[in-house]
Amino acid sequence: MRIRKLFGAAAVFGGVLFAALSAAPFAEAAPKTSVTLGMSIEPAGLDPTIAAPVAIGQVTWQNIFEGLTTIDRNGAVQPQLAESWEISEDGKTYTFKLRPGVTFHDGEVFDSSVAKFAIDRARGADSVNPQKRYFQTIEGVETPDAQTLVLKLSEPTGSLLYWLAWPSSSMVGTKSADNNKTTPVGTGPFTFVDWSKGEKVELARNPNYWNKDEAAKLETAVFRFISEPQAQAAALKAGDVDAFPEFAAPELMESFEGDDRLVTVIGDTEMKVVAGMNNARKPFDDARVRQALMMALDRNMIVEGAWSGYGTPIGSHYTPNDPGYVDLTGVYPYDPEKAKVLLEEAGYGNGFTLTIKAPQMAYAQRTAQIMQAMFAQIGVTMNIETTEFPAKWVSDVLKASDYGMTIVAHAEPMDVDIYARDPYYFNYKNPSLNEVLDKIQQTTDSDEQAALYAEAQKILAKDVPALYLFVMPKLGVWDKKLKGLWENEPIPSNVLREVYWEE
Amino acid sequence: MASLIARRLVSLVVTLLVTSLLIFLVMDLLPGDPAAVMLGTSASPDTLAALQRELGLDQPLPLRYLGWISGVLQGDLGTSYTYGVPVAGLIVERLAVTLPLAAMAILISLMIAVPMGVEAARRQKGLVDLTVGLFSYIGIAVPAFWLGLLLILLFATNLGWMPAGGFPGWEAGALLALQALLLPAVALALPQAAVLTRVTRAAVLETLSEDFVRTARAKGLGEGGAVWRHALPASLVPIIAVFGLQATFLVAGAVLVENVFNLPGLGRLAYQALSQRDVIVMQDVVLFFAALVIVMNFLVELAYILVDPRLRAERS
Repeated sequence: MRIRKLFGAAAVFGGVLFAALSAAPFAEAAPKTSVTLGMSIEPAGLDPTIAAPVAIGQVTWQNIFEGLTTIDRNGAVQPQLAESWEISEDGKTYTFKLRPGVTFHDGEVFDSSVAKFAIDRARGADSVNPQKRYFQTIEGVETPDAQTLVLKLSEPTGSLLYWLAWPSSSMVGTKSADNNKTTPVGTGPFTFVDWSKGEKVELARNPNYWNKDEAAKLETAVFRFISEPQAQAAALKAGDVDAFPEFAAPELMESFEGDDRLVTVIGDTEMKVVAGMNNARKPFDDARVRQALMMALDRNMIVEGAWSGYGTPIGSHYTPNDPGYVDLTGVYPYDPEKAKVLLEEAGYGNGFTLTIKAPQMAYAQRTAQIMQAMFAQIGVTMNIETTEFPAKWVSDVLKASDYGMTIVAHAEPMDVDIYARDPYYFNYKNPSLNEVLDKIQQTTDSDEQAALYAEAQKILAKDVPALYLFVMPKLGVWDKKLKGLWENEPIPSNVLREVYWEE
Repeated sequence: MASLIARRLVSLVVTLLVTSLLIFLVMDLLPGDPAAVMLGTSASPDTLAALQRELGLDQPLPLRYLGWISGVLQGDLGTSYTYGVPVAGLIVERLAVTLPLAAMAILISLMIAVPMGVEAARRQKGLVDLTVGLFSYIGIAVPAFWLGLLLILLFATNLGWMPAGGFPGWEAGALLALQALLLPAVALALPQAAVLTRVTRAAVLETLSEDFVRTARAKGLGEGGAVWRHALPASLVPIIAVFGLQATFLVAGAVLVENVFNLPGLGRLAYQALSQRDVIVMQDVVLFFAALVIVMNFLVELAYILVDPRLRAERS
């Protein structure tokens, strides 16, 4: 009888436990000075100056860390820790006037020596800054006085002020820099509180923030990491998170429609979904083949099929967020008949076979499948080979250029210059593009730069070194009463400074 | 008994050393450079080299293995590439989720499987038996993560009784923490329970036809008494054997279920570390899993001896 009793007791105990747990209150009503944001990916460390993953900046940039300059919600460069600057006639000397009265969260005073430390750390021999190339024209850093910082450049660098605004250019303290990966210390409106690895990062309002007019309105903010789209949707609906600024699954967006508490906000990210080609490899070395492949693709259909109709079709490597954007989807519009003619001209009248290395992400897999069907219409057979992103893709495609075609979303803003990099996985060489990109660096006039960016976009649209598909939408889902989040994402971020709850 | 444990311990250490070498070699064969993953698509070769130096990845293979394993033997599991904190601490933190989750799942699956299996065996081909059979078919066919999604839909989204996922941490109170683990534990337990139910039913059925059970009945013991007091204890060896196997499967199941329920457990740590090529975390976690399986098997073997007097007699 003993065992039976044991099981009987266990069953009763289990039942009681289940009932008790079911009835227990699990979510207190959120006080209106706190926000919980959901993110798909947990950052790999919290120092944006030593690792590339965008999730790091999405937690820390403008919340914990600030830069000499910053980027506003419209994508424009604005002063931040540098309140003003002067650029010499030849464009090779930048003199920054630093803001007085700025301190780091640990009390360290921000002045020109700290700024010099941060810049030297990013450009030095042992630097592991993911964007170290953006500092390569800086030859010397001078500090004539505590509030003045002078950057001496080897050549004019028109994008410098923009690059200095990036998360990877954040100003870090001399005492705290080494520990920023685990306990970030910056000058921003929020201080770091705690990181429960695998679960959440907690921030609190910085009471000593230098900009009293723009101090944070929230008392606390929590970033929660939820990778599974179904779990993301469930967390939103159950009120466990207040906002998902970048919801992961477009096909689940409809499920929020009937919800009175939530609002969906569709914007643009900087993620350009492009099918890159190895321009050094046959048949992709022939521009006519690339153009034919471009014309075989109906971008609207791709957006519809792969991403539930969300996303903006593009005709070049540029997003509507950025200055000088031109809609170039009309340069090689969907026209399978013309595509066949071009292939014939290029000597591929009977079509050919290619292999696309498509990463495991949903957007890449789905887009590749639709492309496969569309290429078949012009007699081109495409095999899909799934690869693992980032690890395997980086070593096979990016580093070794061992591929014909691939597909990936380029997340870095305004990165047209990747087509001029040598080596880079496109293996694309076009002196006229390089010339335009050089001119962009020669000027600091933003209108002139915008015009040049338009020119660069047109060159790429005509020459099609990669198949330009669409800009990944920013699928925002959040509580209707939550205000101040960015609609678009001109740089990967979750800026909380202006976020507040409406009564 | 003591000599048995000593022998087991020696073989445990040897197995773990061999396993560690295997793990290390497999990790090294994985395509992808951890430094390149961390520095992304824009990194220049000199930055990559600097990071490889910093992580010690520029050293030759045997040196890296010796560095790792000598650290492990001294209790230093190394520092995570991505998190920047000691791996030992990460594992302990994650165990605070995975161990209670596994324990709850085991408890639930036993609570379901043993009574159901025994009752089904008693009423062979009856209504209870058929129902139990149906349950176990469904349970075996349904994967744990899908069941997890269904449970979330029903209990969190529709009824709002349970959180949809995530873990508040033990500091938020044991009740809240257990509540967060309940649905995932059920999702993990049901498929396990299904298998265990069938094994229990078969084992008890076989024992029921044995003479000593008939004797017990002939003595005048009620049918229930004969089954629960005589047949079940005698059927425990196969049940424990399968249970031991299943417990190790819980580890694999935890990877998926922890992802569905967004629980910061060991399974999710392993999954994340793999995708980010946090090789040192991968090595440590896999080694830990291996140790867990070996210890589990050892415990199961001890359990045989406890429930089966004949084995005890043979050993001594």
